[in-house]
Amino acid sequence: MQFTPYAKGLLVALSLSVMAGCSSSGGAQDGDMDSASSGANTAGMNTGANNNANQMSNATMPDVRTIYFAFNKDTIRPEFESVLMGHAQYLKANTSANVVLEGHADERGTREYNLGLGERRAKSVARFLTVQGVSPSQIEIVSYGEERPAVQGHGESSYAKNRRVVFDY
Amino acid sequence: MRRLTAWMMAAALLAVTSLARADLTIEITKGNDSATPIAVVPFENLTGGSLPQDLARIISDDLARSGQFDPIKRDNLIALPGTTQDVFVNDWKRLGASYLVVGQVKTASNGGYSIQYELMDVLGNKRMLGEVITGSNGELRARGHYMSDEIFEEITGIRGAFSTKIAYITANGVGDNIRFALYVADSDGHNSQEILASDEPIMSPAWSPDGKKLAYVSFEAERPAIYVQELGSGRRAKLTGFRGINGAPAWSPDGRKLAMALSKDGQPEIYVMDIASRQFQRLTNNPAIDTEPDWLPDGSGMVFTSDRAGSPQIYRLDLSGGTERVTYTGNYNSRGRISPDGENLFMINRAGNGYQVAKQDLKSGRVTSLTDTQWDESPSVAPNGTMVIYATQQGTRGVLGQVSADGRAQFSLPSAQGDVREPAWSPFLN
Repeated sequence: MQFTPYAKGLLVALSLSVMAGCSSSGGAQDGDMDSASSGANTAGMNTGANNNANQMSNATMPDVRTIYFAFNKDTIRPEFESVLMGHAQYLKANTSANVVLEGHADERGTREYNLGLGERRAKSVARFLTVQGVSPSQIEIVSYGEERPAVQGHGESSYAKNRRVVFDY
Repeated sequence: MRRLTAWMMAAALLAVTSLARADLTIEITKGNDSATPIAVVPFENLTGGSLPQDLARIISDDLARSGQFDPIKRDNLIALPGTTQDVFVNDWKRLGASYLVVGQVKTASNGGYSIQYELMDVLGNKRMLGEVITGSNGELRARGHYMSDEIFEEITGIRGAFSTKIAYITANGVGDNIRFALYVADSDGHNSQEILASDEPIMSPAWSPDGKKLAYVSFEAERPAIYVQELGSGRRAKLTGFRGINGAPAWSPDGRKLAMALSKDGQPEIYVMDIASRQFQRLTNNPAIDTEPDWLPDGSGMVFTSDRAGSPQIYRLDLSGGTERVTYTGNYNSRGRISPDGENLFMINRAGNGYQVAKQDLKSGRVTSLTDTQWDESPSVAPNGTMVIYATQQGTRGVLGQVSADGRAQFSLPSAQGDVREPAWSPFLN
């Protein structure tokens, strides 16, 4: 039960033959350790997924993959609706493509609470996409809270760049 | 199951092979005007060689860090007695010392050190404490903290917490290239030891009540999961890896359960996991963010953060039923930690000037701001309730701070490099 997400990742990875270097008997646990030490394994998976998707459709993946939010808000700003529409089109045209929506918060407030805020933002984007007809099975949400700021520094100009949702295909 | 075992062994190897250091140093940022003056005389060295540790310095620094003592500067000491027999008490009265610590170090028969230390009440002209202890080279710092504990308790009546440890997270780098690490160090920042390192975030370390394990959140599989790691062996196990948030682990006082925040059923809710049976019990159920649980000392319930009223506030949940809001001062109160006696709540409170560590008296409801820094996070209370360690910022760097529970004394513990955050004070370890 607990290993389901990793088993899924492993299946994807195996099907794309990017597991070179991992022993087949090592299983998902080896994959975990590899990604913990380098992250290279997952990067490989992403590239594979993109190529796979592109081969199946001519719909292009939108270039803009980050949208931003107001302080303590999870509402989609009107200027980002067209970006989200583009992603919705892409995902609908490429039903084998999957996206991880990474939710982020600025550094203000406590860390675990900010995990919740980041998740709210990613969910808000997921709702927008599913309303447009994207299958929920293509979407996964991971909140990083304030752990992975896009830019360092105090002040609204930094905070505004950190309150974001990133599309990770 | 076989795979899990193999994986845990790999993790153990990973843990014991990394020996990176991230020691912290302590700087006093605000002294306590009413601290008790104490003279700690450099220990008389009768070994014939040089000593690897300055025991009097360790004791003096510990006592200063408690916020309750003001050690007299070494340059101002007028004599250097090694035993109370050699003390002329009027000298120390004139110097203004209320108490005096003297000691002698000899070579022990087993090749280690034999340390005699004595505590004297200067005003009462009375020897309060005297003991001979032994220790090897590598044990001298621990012996120093032990003496600090004994001296502190003899004078204040409160058990000393200098022989405890702190866990904390470091982050080095920017953007996609950040190296996160979990460390454990002595409570004075020395002897830091890397427990885990990752290119993905590590969060929320929490000590088991016996001080032998740490629970934490690691994103090493690019999803958050809660792990428990034995500090002695390095062995660890993944406790939860549900879809969504797996966060904020908190041990029950008996060490059998772990409270946590999981968003597997929607938004973050508080759950309790029975560690042996791996059974979960859901404790909250509403559309808000519920997170950051901390158990009441008697295990009858917990406090947690929720924004069910619009902004984050701290609530108290009774395991036999019932939840009530605890905080009303200001529109942002989160990450509560209950004092060991159950009487005070330490938390992050947003005041006019940023986010600060504050204390709320749970009987009267009175809130006192303890710090004058701006970006405080993650308060953690010493097991004797006298000090709070927390994370704050110096410029744009994350550093740890310590403040006495009455707010009178404040210290900062910067690291030589990178950000330091999320300190967790261990329970008593002896």
